[in-house]
Amino acid sequence: MNIGVEIKTKKIKRTYNKKWLPYLLVSPYLIFVIIFVVFPVLFCFFLTFNKWNIISPMKFIGIDNYSRLFHDRLFWKAIGNTLKFLLLHIPLQLIVSLLLAYLLNQKIKAASFFRASFFMPVIVSGVVVTILWQQLLGFDFGLINKMLMGLGVAKIGWLVDPDVAIYSIAVMATWKNVGLYVILFLVGLQTVPTQYYEAAKMEGATRWQQFYHITLPMINPTIFMVVILSTIGGFSLFIEPYIMTGGGPLNTTLSAVLYIYKQAFQYYNMGYSATLGFFYAIMIMTVVILQKKIIEKEV
Amino acid sequence: MKKQQLSLKRILMYAALLIAAITFIYPFVWMIGASLAPLHEIGTMTLWPSHPSLENFRLMISKIPIGRSLINSLLVALFTTSLVLITGSTVGYALAKMQFKGRQLIFYIIVFTMSLPFQITLIPNYITMVNLHLVDTYFALIIPFAVSAFAILMFRQAFQGLPQALIDAARLDGCSEMGIIFRILWPNIKPTLVTVAILSFIGSWNEVLWPLIVIRNEQLMTMPQLVTLFAVGGRADSQLGVKIAAAVLLALPVMIAFLFFQKHFIQSMASTGLKD
Repeated sequence: MNIGVEIKTKKIKRTYNKKWLPYLLVSPYLIFVIIFVVFPVLFCFFLTFNKWNIISPMKFIGIDNYSRLFHDRLFWKAIGNTLKFLLLHIPLQLIVSLLLAYLLNQKIKAASFFRASFFMPVIVSGVVVTILWQQLLGFDFGLINKMLMGLGVAKIGWLVDPDVAIYSIAVMATWKNVGLYVILFLVGLQTVPTQYYEAAKMEGATRWQQFYHITLPMINPTIFMVVILSTIGGFSLFIEPYIMTGGGPLNTTLSAVLYIYKQAFQYYNMGYSATLGFFYAIMIMTVVILQKKIIEKEV
Repeated sequence: MKKQQLSLKRILMYAALLIAAITFIYPFVWMIGASLAPLHEIGTMTLWPSHPSLENFRLMISKIPIGRSLINSLLVALFTTSLVLITGSTVGYALAKMQFKGRQLIFYIIVFTMSLPFQITLIPNYITMVNLHLVDTYFALIIPFAVSAFAILMFRQAFQGLPQALIDAARLDGCSEMGIIFRILWPNIKPTLVTVAILSFIGSWNEVLWPLIVIRNEQLMTMPQLVTLFAVGGRADSQLGVKIAAAVLLALPVMIAFLFFQKHFIQSMASTGLKD
């Protein structure tokens, strides 16, 4: 009996230790990575030294694209816009999602209804959200301005005032994504052991003290994750300004990705656009790595 | 006294949550109402038009090939999702249950590619599509998304949790490796399958930057792309109702699916964050 089993296991090992099998199984991934990741990264780097409009032959121009990039005011403006966007988006996202998650965590009735309603914009296409908010933020006919006028307040140029437009988009993006972060914070909050709160209560700690000294330190990892995810998301800002403002007014909502897109598909500067993309990607990775470093130090 | 204070607090909490819920739901309800309203009624705060009609939808169908784009989007999302499930589980299986040289290396490559910003590959991938003559084909929309690093890692983790005995027993019965993955192991990792399927379907359905780049033929456009170009292109300026109707049609399938599979959606989306 035992011997039989042993022979059988040996047989299995012999038949299935075919050396090529695992490589065959991972080959789709390897081919994919070569075509869609390795080659593009190398090709992108190569393109940064060339001028090319796709139709006529490529022309080697050395580091001209890079010097152009460093003197390109519009590109730096686009980076600045993206940073302004993040400056409002990240704190707002953190505060609103943490607050809503904290409320949901208080043994609330109908919690699943609230959770679902916060989550609705997360799953819907950004195109829908943008078209919807266009109606809310319009100057003359927007619902928010109509409400303001009803309250006797002056209209605000949510999307036409150059000092306001990018922040309007940041609020909209927060509205779209906050539901996801509510869920992440809820998971984080539920990992805090209830004994901690009980002990704190015995010591006479107020709710705020409990929150500040127990909850916040315990959910630090979630806070950092939310910061990193919203940073990456914010750096990809594209469809909202593309539909809503086209980058205007006065290029104040031109995002970096929108500018890269325009360089490639409106002006057909493939080499220069690739340079922008290459530089921008390295910038994003640097920012994210720095964030991770700072976080690791703090934790 | 104390009890009363507590209940006041709770009332405030519910009020805050309710206000939040209204801010998230009201715009959607307003949008659906507006899509059914005649143009002169759209600018108002009222939720439901006095004479609801499908006029906006009728106009939309006559102006843009929205039905065709719906089919395009469905096809693309279904094919992409199936391919992601298949490639994700074969690669994930090899990484989880097989010993071979370079396994760890491949794992690191996968993790690295996940953190690579798409902005770097965007232009070269477009050029690859041009060179392969795939611009204006379904392939351009499907192939670049057919393999997902995230899906591979999800499947790897799910397979690692399954006992080796399950696989050995199947091999004893003469089951092929493909049979093992798809007939023996798949039924044991349903939550992972659902998560990966939902994420890649929604991802594909909502993708808009890539279609804008590789599709120029209106008959092949995906729905978000067509709606975007309609909204941006100025064709909709005088037709606000049509634009909103298009947005409703784009949102509706996902919203209905969400109402039915709420829990799965929320768990799946949350797992993208929690993986990190």
